[in-house]
Amino acid sequence: MEVSRRTFFKAGLLGGVGLTVFGFDAAPLLAQTQGLKISRTTETRSTCPYCSVSCGVIIHTIGDKAKNVTPQVVHVEGDPDHPINRGTLCPKGSSLQQDIMNERRLTKPQVRRPGSTKWEDISWDQAISDIARLVKKTRDDTFIATDSEGRTVNRLESIAFTGGCTDTNEFNFLVVKTMRSLGLTYIENQARV
Amino acid sequence: MTERRTLQTEQISGHPGPVPGMGMQRNLEVCKLIDATTCIGCKACEVACVEWNDLPFQPTTFDNTYQTMPETNWNYWNLIKFREHQREDGTLMWLMRKDQCMHCADPGCLAACPADGAIVKYANGIVDFHQENCIGCEFCVSGCPFNIPKFNPATKKVYKCTLCSDRVGQGLEPACIKACPTGCLHFGTKEDMKMLAETRAKQLRDVSGFKDAGVYDPESIGGTHVIYVLHDAKNPELYSGLPKDPSIPFAYKAWKSIFKPLGLIGATLGFVGVVFHYVFEGPKREQPEVPPPKPEPPAGRKEL
Repeated sequence: MEVSRRTFFKAGLLGGVGLTVFGFDAAPLLAQTQGLKISRTTETRSTCPYCSVSCGVIIHTIGDKAKNVTPQVVHVEGDPDHPINRGTLCPKGSSLQQDIMNERRLTKPQVRRPGSTKWEDISWDQAISDIARLVKKTRDDTFIATDSEGRTVNRLESIAFTGGCTDTNEFNFLVVKTMRSLGLTYIENQARV
Repeated sequence: MTERRTLQTEQISGHPGPVPGMGMQRNLEVCKLIDATTCIGCKACEVACVEWNDLPFQPTTFDNTYQTMPETNWNYWNLIKFREHQREDGTLMWLMRKDQCMHCADPGCLAACPADGAIVKYANGIVDFHQENCIGCEFCVSGCPFNIPKFNPATKKVYKCTLCSDRVGQGLEPACIKACPTGCLHFGTKEDMKMLAETRAKQLRDVSGFKDAGVYDPESIGGTHVIYVLHDAKNPELYSGLPKDPSIPFAYKAWKSIFKPLGLIGATLGFVGVVFHYVFEGPKREQPEVPPPKPEPPAGRKEL
């Protein structure tokens, strides 16, 4: 039988459409996993602020520290090189990103004045001068130079110092030097860093 | 298509014809080992999963256990199931099982899925959902023997654990594995994890007095890429309903392996026939009118 040029083209076109419709798609199927969200983030090592175990964490922030970038925390996970936790974290530590990126996170000093029912924001300068003034006043009022038998003790029992778990050795060295110089005996922190 | 694909595909849901690139690269099978005997139920894996995958939060439900919610959810892919079990001697034991996608070697979800490329099984054993191809039919939900895929009514898509395919594809371990503080989760090749699991099960049998301790790697679905070490491998149902012999509904297997190919072949042959008929016979031409023959009265009528 005769197959004209026109008929041949028609048949070819119809056949191609049919193959596409019935799923004989020759294009390779793209099956790529989602990109790694921390592949180019800046990694910062830190210490989990919760308990005294003081696990090491890596804080991932967007950007490469270029001048025009404001970094923001996108992910936190355990530090595999840290000898304490070796990359693992507890559920609280695993949720540290929520702790950093939290509207209720305290970012400035607050004070609750005697008799007050609410916390008020104060500046760092005011906080430091208030603390200095109160420490001086308390120490002047309650310093114990000698005990009941007349021995020199030079101690201050009305102030205690407590620190958090992220305090480093260097920080704690300074804490002890400063607090002992005031005469403090109650010095404690949960740091095991 | 110029990017290098991070993971080779092995099976694609609803895809006619062969899988592109199959067998082109060597590939190790990965595996997650869950030692249920050393899990303390701290839920670090749950939180790590939510954090890594940036899943939105929702209020949890309390049902008189420490369990976060009754079952996994579209935005909660990893759940520790708590079950209090009374032993024969009357003492209690707490069976905690990390429930998530098992990444079956023969995935029921993939067998059930009719959408091309919505479910993909990589050559390393991970079964991954590609939501952009999902049509929201929820067949995978009924095809899964472990009740894992969950439908999100807002997006009309189904979601589940990806075994952190994005991390594994870049050479990292899944987020849950990394977080686990007791080390009851392990990650490595299937071979290594099987060996580690058997060693631990033997230790439980010989030293710890769990005579039925064993490894859960169900053969009925060709094994899984998430395996458990259980105190009592003979009764996996004790662990909040871990099926002993999970299976894919026969209808899905028959549909995909018998009826769908037959239908496709039939449809193709029919279409080819139509095309050839058109080419060789041409389009339908107007026929000359033939007057219809006068209908004869029915034979039985005359006698009445």
